[in-house]
Amino acid sequence: MSKRPGRVPMPVADPRERIKNFDQVALGYTEEMALTEASRCLNCKNPQCVTGCPVAVNIPAFISLLKEKKFREAIDKIKETNSLPAVCGRVCPQERQCEEKCILGRRGEPVAIGRLERFLADWEAKNGRSPVKKAPPKGKKVAVVGSGPAGLTCAADLAKLGYDVTIFESLHAPGGVLIYGIPEFRLPKAVVKREVEYVKGLGVDIQTNVVVGRSITIDDLFDRGFQAVFIGTGAGLPMFMHIPGENLNGVYSANEWLTRINLMKAYKFPEYDTPIKAGKRVAVVGAGNVAMDAVRCAVRLGAEKAMILYRRGREEMPARAEEVENAEQEGVEFHFLTNPVRIIGDDKGWVKAVECIRMELGEPDKSGRRRPIPVKGSEFTIDVDTVIMALGTTPNPILSRITPGLKAHDWGGLITDEATGRTTRRAVWAGGDAVTGSATVILAMGAGRTAAQDIHRYLESGSKDW
Amino acid sequence: MYQILKKRVLTPQTKLVVVRAPYVAEKAEPGQFVIVRVREEGERIPLTIADYSREEGTITLVFQEVGLTTKLLGLLEEGDAILDLVGPLGIPAQLPEAGVVVAVGGGVGVAPIYPKCKEMTKRGVRVISIIGARSQELLILEDEMREVSEELHVCTDDGSKGFHGFVSEKLKELLTAGLKPDEVIAVGPLPMMRATCEVTKPFGIKTWVSMNPIMVDGTGMCGACRVTVGGETKFCCVDGPMFDGHLVDWAEAIRRANMYRDEERIALERCAGCGGEKHV
Repeated sequence: MSKRPGRVPMPVADPRERIKNFDQVALGYTEEMALTEASRCLNCKNPQCVTGCPVAVNIPAFISLLKEKKFREAIDKIKETNSLPAVCGRVCPQERQCEEKCILGRRGEPVAIGRLERFLADWEAKNGRSPVKKAPPKGKKVAVVGSGPAGLTCAADLAKLGYDVTIFESLHAPGGVLIYGIPEFRLPKAVVKREVEYVKGLGVDIQTNVVVGRSITIDDLFDRGFQAVFIGTGAGLPMFMHIPGENLNGVYSANEWLTRINLMKAYKFPEYDTPIKAGKRVAVVGAGNVAMDAVRCAVRLGAEKAMILYRRGREEMPARAEEVENAEQEGVEFHFLTNPVRIIGDDKGWVKAVECIRMELGEPDKSGRRRPIPVKGSEFTIDVDTVIMALGTTPNPILSRITPGLKAHDWGGLITDEATGRTTRRAVWAGGDAVTGSATVILAMGAGRTAAQDIHRYLESGSKDW
Repeated sequence: MYQILKKRVLTPQTKLVVVRAPYVAEKAEPGQFVIVRVREEGERIPLTIADYSREEGTITLVFQEVGLTTKLLGLLEEGDAILDLVGPLGIPAQLPEAGVVVAVGGGVGVAPIYPKCKEMTKRGVRVISIIGARSQELLILEDEMREVSEELHVCTDDGSKGFHGFVSEKLKELLTAGLKPDEVIAVGPLPMMRATCEVTKPFGIKTWVSMNPIMVDGTGMCGACRVTVGGETKFCCVDGPMFDGHLVDWAEAIRRANMYRDEERIALERCAGCGGEKHV
């Protein structure tokens, strides 16, 4: 069998140049590239790609439209089920979702579905959106807590159905993890702003600087006439290793590091007021997308040595393949089977080294990945001046602690019915990382959509069907 | 936007503003704080709520101009607005219902101790207050504190008014003379709170302090505000800001507070040129 042509490579900024700025790395397909890549799609009768998409985008249909250069129709096809394509096209782990299922992947490279999605979203940004079909106003108020991917999706869907939706956001800017977590070079803030403006354009009111649970409670929301509440508060609590030296100066949680950089623009200090201690020798502990974001920020802030310390091996890294590749091109060092046991400070309390232990892989654990086991007596130290803990995050327990009837698991995740997003409290739904712990943008969006449909069902039943 | 309805210059460096913030005013309790941001390029800093009025929908903030953000905040006048303000954050102070409490406030720390004294006095607690500053001109809220205290002691480091010495020294004098409070609440600069805890420890008096570390989001997301209390790491924003002062790792807290000293100086020097010009 003759070898099929591979996928059209994504044009990227030159690594030598891009490490000096925060500009977007993946530049996006040209029209010609998109058409060439789209022509690889076999338009399968029984498309597996769709089953790999948490929001079931009709992938063969949008690619067929793209092939015919019907870009407007193609993007509208995507937006039937995905309200944030410019975001998903950039940050979804496609290789573990739609593209993993692509039949072409069995004998070669799968269709670059994510890149095509992004091409169309960017085309729309340049050429304007189709007018949105909105149902007539229902005169019913719904509150959405949190303006990340779950909240934005839920709010957008409900607004389209005619509900009067208010989003409450605790930070000063909407977008949640899209704005505080994911760096400019991977997801430009202008793209997020555009998506937020779209949701506002649907009539959604976004109130920033309101912490539900502190500024206002869920009960207050019902008292103020909201008939349903969706909680999409994400997983904001950073985890630490609980090893000695973690509170030394120069140790950051990835959340703090990224929030200072992305939300507060510390990389532009002193033009912006928020400072950051950008080290010369930076170790990031962990190997997920957040770790890749953190270490690549360190490179851009001038680190001479930027390292990933990961207790498992290359195969087990949870990060998107493209981000690992980007990090490698940018000179990031990967130290596998390496686990910190202690952070060592100088006499002034600043980080000067990290003591690690070698690991080896044992039997598979609950996650299906081989469990790392420390090798006795294999301790060694690496000189560093900055350590960033990117070990994952857990949901913020404030809301479940203070809201009567709202139950959470011990680890903080809200308890919900998966099929509907209903929590243990009547007329309260939840979805996204607040329920699952740190996962992906697209799963959060899927949960926001599921909840919106069930909220609609519930309110249509006259708030009886619970 | 959060409009400034009233402004008082308490000392050349310390200002009081009454700000319209209905959400915060509705829920605020003594001991809680807000996070503010004063301009588009601005940082987020925590400020303790010094007073609030649920009826008016306002809160009172008292701040000392020590860094860029507080300097810019100090330039705002009545009618101007604070760009962003969110709260109330943190756990309200667990104030006693009865008994005798000594409230110790140093410098601008007198402001956050005021609402606690007000609430305790309302509840019938006997409040003995000790407030201090480097010198007489820097002393704030003396009249207000007198109103909410059964007994008020004023101290100045230079002796220009009242007791000549630190508030902790005055406290030691009172305790040595036989005063037996049920607890002590101390708010002020870190060295002052540490010194206060050193005074009360031998007497075995429970001592609450209000920590004010560097914060970013203020809602538990970033962990910038880590403090070690009784050997455990706490996030001041969600676990505090009030902690048992005898359990706080003060050396670590002081070290972490100075983490960005160089950057703070750079930001201020840059601002030196801004003179009276508003940067908002």
